[in-house]
Amino acid sequence: MNISNIGNMLIPVVVFMIIIVAVTKKVNVYDEFIEGAKEGLGMGISIFPYLIGMIFGINILLKSEILNHLFVFLKPVFDIIKIPVEVLPMAIIRPISGNASFAVMIDMIKTYGVDSYLGRIVAVMQGATDTTIYVISLYFGSVGIKKIRYALKAGLFADLVTLIMSVLLISIFFGVS
Amino acid sequence: MIGITYSFLTGRVDIINQEIINCGTTSLELFLAMFPMMVLWSGIMNVAKKAGILDWLANKMKPFFRIIFPELDEKDEALGYIASNLTINMLGIHNASTPFGLKAMKCMQEKNKDKKTATRSMITFLVLNTSGVTLVATDIIAVRSMYGSSNPTDLIFVTIIATIVNTTLALLMDRFLWKVEKRREHI
Repeated sequence: MNISNIGNMLIPVVVFMIIIVAVTKKVNVYDEFIEGAKEGLGMGISIFPYLIGMIFGINILLKSEILNHLFVFLKPVFDIIKIPVEVLPMAIIRPISGNASFAVMIDMIKTYGVDSYLGRIVAVMQGATDTTIYVISLYFGSVGIKKIRYALKAGLFADLVTLIMSVLLISIFFGVS
Repeated sequence: MIGITYSFLTGRVDIINQEIINCGTTSLELFLAMFPMMVLWSGIMNVAKKAGILDWLANKMKPFFRIIFPELDEKDEALGYIASNLTINMLGIHNASTPFGLKAMKCMQEKNKDKKTATRSMITFLVLNTSGVTLVATDIIAVRSMYGSSNPTDLIFVTIIATIVNTTLALLMDRFLWKVEKRREHI
């Protein structure tokens, strides 16, 4: 359980180091903290409308079960490139919602076993990438960008690479079983 | 939109109705989880900035930044935030990295001539963020050990390789799409 301990220690250590450096450089830590926190307050409030809009859209999409029907169309493609069909829901939900894909991951781990081929693939998929749609709408929304140009394409491309890589790497290192 | 239309077609309007009512609570929950973290980390971020830590980080990553952000000046304030955002992401503290990321976007937006259109650097930055540069995914390790994995951490290595490959390829794709768009403008 060493790594989990390191994980728990990470945040305190980072914060501690920042404060130590600040103190040695004679920065007024508390005043600067308050100043920054005030700015964070405004930041938080300004992103709220984007957050609520996004969640609204995403949840309706997830609940409408339209994705289930998308699976049917994508299944033949998956069969051709030898990616197990079971990871399809994960592949589609991962770029849309981090929480939903985390739930899918847990579900798959429960169903197929944590150390199984599929269980490992979804864990890597969850870990190796971030939620594309969420990041793009939040970050661009916060500064009022409307034309995102090719950002979505590039982001989704990264998700596709992650899917292929996780299947490939797990097959190589742990075998298909 | 697609979701609503679809629900009319399949006669599942009741579920959507429920969702519209619940949506407020769901987003408020997420907001409540995020908001204090944001205020707290914005505070810590300011302390780090005043102590020169952000500049130091940006300085360390300079050779890398010069390649992927050719449009940003070396002394650009945004680079400090980008560097910290990436560092915190690598450590897997996602909630904490958001304030740094938003601040970086704000800095880049100030220099943006067309306020409604994304700049090349902004897109590159977002690509870095969405491809995810997490080195230690603590939450996944926690789930894996909870469900009795024989070795919960044995995926770290694989995850790191997957992250490196997808980030590299995504950056190349970003560069490629940018060139395609530029060529189209010339014609």
